Amino acid sequence: MKNIVVIGGGIAGMEASAFLAAKGYSVDLIEKNDTLGGRLANWDRLFPTMRRGSEVTEFLAEGVMQEAVKVHLSADIVRVERHHDTFLLVTTQGNELHCDAILLATGYDLFDARRKEEYGYGIYDNVITSADLEQIFSSGRDILTQKGKKPSRVGFVHCVGSRDEKAGHTYCSKVCCVTGVKQAIEVKQQIPDAEIFNFYMDLRMYGMHFEALYKKAQEDFNVQFVRGRLSEAAENLDGSLALKVEDTLAGRPMKINVDLLVLLVGCTPSEGTRKMASLLGLKLGFNGFFKTTDQHTMTNYSDIPGVFFAGTCIGPNTITNAITDARAAATAIDIYLSGNQLANRKMKPHEEFWLYPSH
Amino acid sequence: MLKEGKKYIWKDYQKEIADNHYYYARSCIRQNFFPGSEATFLRILKNELNKDIFDDPEHTTCTGIGYHSDIIPLETTMTVVARHFALMTAAGYKNLVPSCITSFGIYSEILETWHEFPETLEKTREHLFKATGREFNLPENVVHTSDIIFKFRDEIAARGRFRLIDQSTGQPLRIVEHIGCHYARMFPHKGIGGAEYPYVLAGMVESWGGEVIDYPERRHCCGFGFRQYLVQANRGYSLSCSRKKFESMEPYKPDMIITNCPGCPYFLDRWQYVIAEQEGKTYGENGQGIPVFTYEEVAGLVLGYDPWDLGLQVHQINVEPLLDKMGIPYNPDEKYAGPDGQDLGQPAELTCMHNL
Repeated sequence: MKNIVVIGGGIAGMEASAFLAAKGYSVDLIEKNDTLGGRLANWDRLFPTMRRGSEVTEFLAEGVMQEAVKVHLSADIVRVERHHDTFLLVTTQGNELHCDAILLATGYDLFDARRKEEYGYGIYDNVITSADLEQIFSSGRDILTQKGKKPSRVGFVHCVGSRDEKAGHTYCSKVCCVTGVKQAIEVKQQIPDAEIFNFYMDLRMYGMHFEALYKKAQEDFNVQFVRGRLSEAAENLDGSLALKVEDTLAGRPMKINVDLLVLLVGCTPSEGTRKMASLLGLKLGFNGFFKTTDQHTMTNYSDIPGVFFAGTCIGPNTITNAITDARAAATAIDIYLSGNQLANRKMKPHEEFWLYPSH
Repeated sequence: MLKEGKKYIWKDYQKEIADNHYYYARSCIRQNFFPGSEATFLRILKNELNKDIFDDPEHTTCTGIGYHSDIIPLETTMTVVARHFALMTAAGYKNLVPSCITSFGIYSEILETWHEFPETLEKTREHLFKATGREFNLPENVVHTSDIIFKFRDEIAARGRFRLIDQSTGQPLRIVEHIGCHYARMFPHKGIGGAEYPYVLAGMVESWGGEVIDYPERRHCCGFGFRQYLVQANRGYSLSCSRKKFESMEPYKPDMIITNCPGCPYFLDRWQYVIAEQEGKTYGENGQGIPVFTYEEVAGLVLGYDPWDLGLQVHQINVEPLLDKMGIPYNPDEKYAGPDGQDLGQPAELTCMHNL
């Protein structure tokens, strides 16, 4: 029986492990945290359905359990050796795992909102991130200001750390727009009297039903969408926040006070991605995610035979697409390990960096 | 407000500040607006800190005001700046220390331009040589004078006789700090603490015992803004900018304002008088304005220099309430006496802002 090591026990890692095990491979799933689920474990409800994130986690865990995937929790890879077409991986616990293929599912990290200094995260008491708000939702606590007041006005800032050259991230994080719409609705559901303002550059409602959610937010929940990027937030004496923003549709500058400001933080390449790239000698793309063999046809493939990618380690993605990608990666590995000629197809190399002004 | 968050940001904005041997570049306007400040800086460096600093009488304007007002072409500004560097080179110095924030911005901007576009440096060398026969080296270290005071703030505190503490309550004085636009907005990494939460003045205030106030319009322009004031028709805009800041800081009851730019103390000081005259509105205690200081003046007060030697009598807003809070002695009879005792003349009675 051939062995596969999957690194990262989030959405993609779990689903790919289950599919590979179902295909008859012996699968070791390495997760650095003490539970599976990755960042999904921190998410309360999901767009656009409003289903609990835990339902998806349970679905994925059922697959992992059913197919007897060998799960290594609180484990990390400290050493990798390549021997012809096999690999030896050593974990922090000292386990030596011999395998025929590696699947990297190292996911993403959240953008550190402190780097958008002008918004005051970590400085102003009532500036939180979308991840912080999810934690409040998950805990069942009321949404309150730092002084315990129910906010009467809440602002959401889109594209925090995404599509932002100053922040060093020119790419779109794909999930924040619709997360902002979802969270605005949830705040409104909890505090019906609250006024909600979403400040955006573009609203990219590309996924199935996203547009419907956006429409519902406006029509049924009276969420105000203002097209303009915040220039700054400042703290008032009472702890509320004074926002300066241009309403670019009206062509006028705006100054508005909110009691709570939510920063919709984007996705960045994970620390795990950088670490595994270093251990394996893999290339990173311009944006710091893994560089795939081909942008169109081989997004699950690395430049090292036997090393594959799945999920958000190659770029931001939705849960739906991460699951699809995991299954695709499982198929790609199966094709590779079975010696099928499909695995040997080549594309003419393309240059990723021509898109960017300098590198 | 979480100060730890600011500290996290401050650590990313540190810069090298030369320890000694400075070539001093004076400001065009500070010697008129706040005539004691530059003299105080030199006094502190020479007498308190025993530093070598050269105050070159051949130094001229950097053209910054003209440049930012769109009446001086960039090539001219570059050539004038090149002449400054030639003077510095000829004097045997490598560390340039401008007194003016706009000059600091000009030097920084031109050095960056020459770095990015080396052909402009060569062209400037050619222009300067043709015009004056001079050649120059680039400075190894360019910092603003406030950076120097920041660097030695703890030494100043150690030598100081007074602290930024209200003697009647024992509480830290509540202080608004305002850095000029050209200090860090163009190049955040050239300013201590960056552009959003600058630390250069806040660090001095902390070392000298005070407490910095962060108020909503802290980042807003002081009101100078060059064309806002220099074009006479725009002066209402200049005034409204300053007023916006005063209205925003007033609820925090600041004891004083500390600044590091030539224009900022001038406009924050003078426009308070204009607003008092026009609207009868004052922003300080007891019908007074909020005293406004340069950082050299504050350093001088901490060190126990005579307030009238610091030039505080030329401020529009009376500084005596602040001196009283700090417990600094002063002779009211000498306020308007010149160095040799001559009468400098007193300001006329203000209608809305109480004279002392």
